[in-house]
Amino acid sequence: MASAMLPLASASPSASLSLQNNCKAKMKLGSFDHSTLLKKEKGNPFIKTKSFGRITMAVAVNVSRFEGITMAPPDPILGVSEAFKADTNEMKLNLGVGAYRTEELQPYVLNVVKKAENLMLERGENKEYLPIEGLAAFNKVTAELLFGADNPVIQQQRVATVQGLSGTGSLRLAAALIERYFPGAKVIISSPTWGNHKNIFNDARVPWSEYRYYDPKTVGLDFDGMISDIKAAPEGSFVLLHGCAHNPTGIDPTPEQWEKIADAIQEKNHIPFFDVAYQGFASGSLDVDASSVRLFVARGMELLVAQSYSKNLGLYAERIGAINVVCSSADAATRVKSQLKRLARPMYSNPPIHGARIVANVVGNPALFNEWKEEMELMAGRIKNVRQKLYDSLSAKEKSAKDWSFILKQIGMFSFTGLNKAQSDNMTNKWHVYMTKDGRVSLAGLSSAKCEYLAGAIIDSYHNVS
Amino acid sequence: MHHGFGSPTDRRLSALVRHLEGSSSSSAMESQNQTISASATSAFGDNSVFGHVVRAPEDPILGVTVAYNKDPSPIKLNLGVGAYRTEEGKPLVLNVVRRAEQLLVNDSSRIKEYLPIVGLADFNKLSAKLILGADSPAIQENRVTTVQCLSGTGSLRVGAEFLAKHYHQHTIYIPLPTWGNHPKIFTLAGLSVKTYRYYDPATRGLNFQGLLEDLGSAPSGAIVLLHACAHNPTGVDPTLQQWEQIRQLMRLKGLLPFFDSAYQGFASGSLDADAQSVRMFVADGGECLVAQSFAKNMGLYGERVGALSIVCKTADVASRVESQLKLVIRPMYSSPPIHGASIVATILKDRNMYNEWTIELKAMADRIIRMRQQLFDALRARGTPGDWSHIIKQIGMFTFTGLNMEQVVFMTKEYHIYMTSDGRISMAGLSSKTVPHLADAIHAAVTRVV
Repeated sequence: MASAMLPLASASPSASLSLQNNCKAKMKLGSFDHSTLLKKEKGNPFIKTKSFGRITMAVAVNVSRFEGITMAPPDPILGVSEAFKADTNEMKLNLGVGAYRTEELQPYVLNVVKKAENLMLERGENKEYLPIEGLAAFNKVTAELLFGADNPVIQQQRVATVQGLSGTGSLRLAAALIERYFPGAKVIISSPTWGNHKNIFNDARVPWSEYRYYDPKTVGLDFDGMISDIKAAPEGSFVLLHGCAHNPTGIDPTPEQWEKIADAIQEKNHIPFFDVAYQGFASGSLDVDASSVRLFVARGMELLVAQSYSKNLGLYAERIGAINVVCSSADAATRVKSQLKRLARPMYSNPPIHGARIVANVVGNPALFNEWKEEMELMAGRIKNVRQKLYDSLSAKEKSAKDWSFILKQIGMFSFTGLNKAQSDNMTNKWHVYMTKDGRVSLAGLSSAKCEYLAGAIIDSYHNVS
Repeated sequence: MHHGFGSPTDRRLSALVRHLEGSSSSSAMESQNQTISASATSAFGDNSVFGHVVRAPEDPILGVTVAYNKDPSPIKLNLGVGAYRTEEGKPLVLNVVRRAEQLLVNDSSRIKEYLPIVGLADFNKLSAKLILGADSPAIQENRVTTVQCLSGTGSLRVGAEFLAKHYHQHTIYIPLPTWGNHPKIFTLAGLSVKTYRYYDPATRGLNFQGLLEDLGSAPSGAIVLLHACAHNPTGVDPTLQQWEQIRQLMRLKGLLPFFDSAYQGFASGSLDADAQSVRMFVADGGECLVAQSFAKNMGLYGERVGALSIVCKTADVASRVESQLKLVIRPMYSSPPIHGASIVATILKDRNMYNEWTIELKAMADRIIRMRQQLFDALRARGTPGDWSHIIKQIGMFTFTGLNMEQVVFMTKEYHIYMTSDGRISMAGLSSKTVPHLADAIHAAVTRVV
């Protein structure tokens, strides 16, 4: 949702200037005498006086420069948590933002993360600026994790990796690169996709359009529509793909479908642009979840990949991720990296160290890395269990022939329930279940204990609200 | 691998010079230099879709450290980037920061959930109080919106993007000279950049007349970037009387102040004294923006901790402005990083830790003042031609030496002294042991290179 450009008709420069000229004589050099001004100005229509209890003061002469600014609506995803917090009902359930919760519905800091942080504390490392491209040790392990350490693209140094501010920040850097070096090139994004994708491309001034993805009739992938739209896009477009665990639908292409998607992209000389926010979190296996990316890389394609460690390492608030650009040569990778740096410098200069060090320590240490894989399997496993339980509850309560098995077919943190906006509103208003208006629920926020309650809410909303 | 003098060194140095010369204050110029052809080529073989992407030069400031790191000389000295060094030439993590971090890491109840888009609430409140004063009426009247951002750079960028979207005037006036990253930040945010006279090379001080003239002829409503204290790179600050005149002129012309406060407490050693310029503007009830950085004064460089405060006419405006700031932040990085802000909040809210911090901060500021004195004395002792009193008159981390680019290159090549091409040296990178070496280098540069 782009914010509106608002002309400040009510506070035009000439108006404020004349107001100031009026009161120029009243301004004294040095001290600013509020009470004297107040006495003189009480009758002056150009000075507003405001009372705050016993304190009355003269507000300076002109209206705010920002008077015309309207209140922006709350973020559709993050705003859900805010609404949830305000709800006092004891049955309330927050299935809004994709943040992992334990069975007790508590936030979870991974054990390996705590261990890494303790190690870091013991070492007492300094807090000097990172290079613009981020922590070298982090950049190395993140690319290896994604592509596989023995991948030729890494051996041949064909990957430009720059540490970014989690997924969002990495996507934004890539968008800025596209805007500068591929002016007029379009990004095509799935319909639907994560709500913030559009905002990122809008603010980066990169045009975008949608390709068909979700088929409401099957609650599955509209594969033919997707291929058709990819082929219809202007040659050299960027195709935004979710590496695994598509957000919001949870519907991923099969390996065979990925091959055909790659064919279509190559046919039109498009550039694949992967958003990988759930590596390891979808299936429980880091390698399996990276297979779509690796499939494209194996074909020798140049591509972009944004990574996030928010979910799989539970580092949400540390803002740690990376943008990777796979190029056909090491020289191109060097040049691309240098230009990514040029875009990062005027945005935030260099990225934050803490999250990067945690990842470097966990992924770079064999013992911690193995422990991480176990913790991740537990997290992904809990979500799979909850999917099963939700499906079982839904099937038990379902009186019609409605098939809820798509819940089991979908993968990752989210489920696209197929509920429309009115039905989603009913979920919240009647059942105190907080979710996004597109019908997405975060299963990461669901406990086994609450599955039955949720199933009841879904059945009611689906059948009794249109 | 080549060591010492010889053509590889020359090549490296001339590459450095080319990079330094090539960086202009307008990044619009730089981007036009890139050939842009959106030819879609096959991804197979040698063809790359990135074939037209040229290699960018190293950042002129951060690139100095890159060059320094490559130099094998044992006498090399890094006076490039403004990062504090101890007398032993080591980076410093403040004791109070270590303690705060210990508390945080050992607190098993702490979680890593997403911060709100505007950041850590405690941090925001405490940061605003720090710069505006705990008893600031603007804060008490809820007229200030404060959002946590990525250090100074991030705060400036978010503020500039907000102004480009919501403010009617899209021109920002920056002092000549200013921090090299300023024009790039504002240009990429969508503002157009103009300059106002600031530094007078003849006096090595403030060109106050020129400043007043240039601000006086700026279009009404234009945005004006002001360094709150310890001007970077010159170290030349207006006096309080001059600040008052600037304030009056700006309010008369309806110019919008945008303060960059990166050295509060670091310049004079006093947090309140270093905030006077900002507080003066806020006291007249007018509006302004303030970008705060905790990189230097808390030594939290790599944690990227900062805040953007916008002081508005009314609480209602402030709340609407905040809602729009969130729309700028969300598509940039969603929400800010928690670690550094938590450290700052922990320190600022605890009386003992706060006091400890002010003592450590003053010690850093005092050491820099001592280095200024020592360098000045060393140059006088060598009879180095010229008036070097600006070294002790300027304030903050940097000294604008007045050396020209050729002299700078000479000092790098012959004395392995790394600094930015504008002649700026970071006093924070000097120690009593290295002052003589620097003085020798300056002396040689001034007498042998014109």
